[in-house]
Amino acid sequence: MIQLEKIQVKFNPDTPLETIALKAIDLTIPEGQFVTVIGSNGAGKSTLLNVLSGDIIPQQGRVLIGDRDVTHWQTARRSQWVARVFQNPLAGSCPDLSVEENLALAYRRGKERRLQPALNHRLREMFREKLASLGLGLEKRLRDRMGLLSGGQRQAVSLLMSTLSSHQILLLDEHTAALDPKTAAYILQLTQQIVAERNLTTLMVTHSMGQALELGTRTLMLHEGEIIFDIQDKARSGLKVGDLLDLFQQQQQENLADDALLLG
Amino acid sequence: MNIIAFFGAIELGLLYALVGIGVYLSFRVLDFPDLTVDGSFPLGGAVAATLIANGIDPYLATGVAIFAGGIAGLITAFLNVQFKILHLLASILTAIALYSINLRIMGKPNVSLLGQSTAIAPLEELLNFMPSWVATPLILLILVLLIKFCLDYFLNSELGLAMRATGTNSTMAKAQGIYTDRLILLGIAMSNALVAFAGALFAQLYGFADVTMGVGTIIFGLAAVIIGERLITNSSVQWATFSAILGAISYRIAVAFAFNLDFLGFQTQDLNLVTAILVGIALISPKSLPKKLSSK
Repeated sequence: MIQLEKIQVKFNPDTPLETIALKAIDLTIPEGQFVTVIGSNGAGKSTLLNVLSGDIIPQQGRVLIGDRDVTHWQTARRSQWVARVFQNPLAGSCPDLSVEENLALAYRRGKERRLQPALNHRLREMFREKLASLGLGLEKRLRDRMGLLSGGQRQAVSLLMSTLSSHQILLLDEHTAALDPKTAAYILQLTQQIVAERNLTTLMVTHSMGQALELGTRTLMLHEGEIIFDIQDKARSGLKVGDLLDLFQQQQQENLADDALLLG
Repeated sequence: MNIIAFFGAIELGLLYALVGIGVYLSFRVLDFPDLTVDGSFPLGGAVAATLIANGIDPYLATGVAIFAGGIAGLITAFLNVQFKILHLLASILTAIALYSINLRIMGKPNVSLLGQSTAIAPLEELLNFMPSWVATPLILLILVLLIKFCLDYFLNSELGLAMRATGTNSTMAKAQGIYTDRLILLGIAMSNALVAFAGALFAQLYGFADVTMGVGTIIFGLAAVIIGERLITNSSVQWATFSAILGAISYRIAVAFAFNLDFLGFQTQDLNLVTAILVGIALISPKSLPKKLSSK
């Protein structure tokens, strides 16, 4: 379970450039839930993921994973529970290291890193098997540099990397945004498969409203650092993209009306 | 150039190969341009020479010198990871402080080791059936290869792989549970320990330590790495460390040739100019100037 309590994040605090990225967000995500997050640019979607991963420490509020207060834990320490796939296919792997070395890095996530060789026959066999399951022919390219793979292949390997060691939470940051439609569909299908198999608590940020409704069981919309709506289960099942847009516009108008009142 | 001078160049090349490997570790593996080496090379020399001149066992003295180099690296890395000082600036700060510290350690601008026993002398004794201008490079070669294989093993270990990830993609490294700060501390300490080792050996081979002996160490190290990369294009760890060694030796041979070609008219004081020209040529030249030995 993930709990966020009154999370506030400011960028450049106490300077003229101060911007509030998240305003007192409260959010509880039960174990095994697949949540999709939408919102316009600058709404705070990525900040929300960064707060969960530990890349941003909020100025106020608490982050709980399970029963533990991890608010001030750095990224590396949280990684035993949290795996992440980035928007940029380059960001989730080391382009200069080989495919098998990248996998070996992920394999030790949450475990001690020792002075023994990172790769051995047994691990290579395991990696080869896992890569073969992707159906992309990558099992023949274990020793190729990661940088030689296409964006889609790298993203598939990144997803695979997230499954190599046990974790409970998967953060997906627009992980199909940089891919062509066919590859994106493949990666999404792979995502669903992995999430279902491992019963992961998942947060997926996306720009596609269709994707947001199609995947998972709950959808959040962020706007200017606030969760403006949060729908799940039955309320969500009949919803279409058009309804979502209407909801968004409705919210916007309400905000406008509020502002008008204040200004008036 | 006669054969003795040629072997002399190889000897110096092998000595600076340690600097080359150290710079490879900071500059390439960790992507941390570390100028501390300009201070840690003479630090190694100063510590070893002072201790030996005071009657301490040369092996122990060399060990202490290596340790001192490690501490110097730790300080630079600490300034960077703890206080977020830009790596380049942090290393300049440490290097400039080391200049004074080296003077303090020696108590004077230079220490002579003439007539003192050194760590290398007993090894040369073992090889006394061959001339010393062959024996000394041979000892250094074995030592450098030993260090190379240890480093190769380390960089391919779980911990070493984490260090390489830290240098290429620290965001990803953190997301994979790697404490990148610790690996930067470790890597820069290792790098400077190697450079101080080279300084300690330099002092013992040439019989003196001087406070100015570190000037240009970083550029000699970079020369080794960059010239090596032009000679060997395979970037796997085993080949990269080998290329740093080969680069250091080639660089010294090239310098020796430049000084031996009378029509060029170079004199000793032109060393840094010649170095800059050589490194410049290596940087400008297309990536695979010689035939690719292997490509990956």
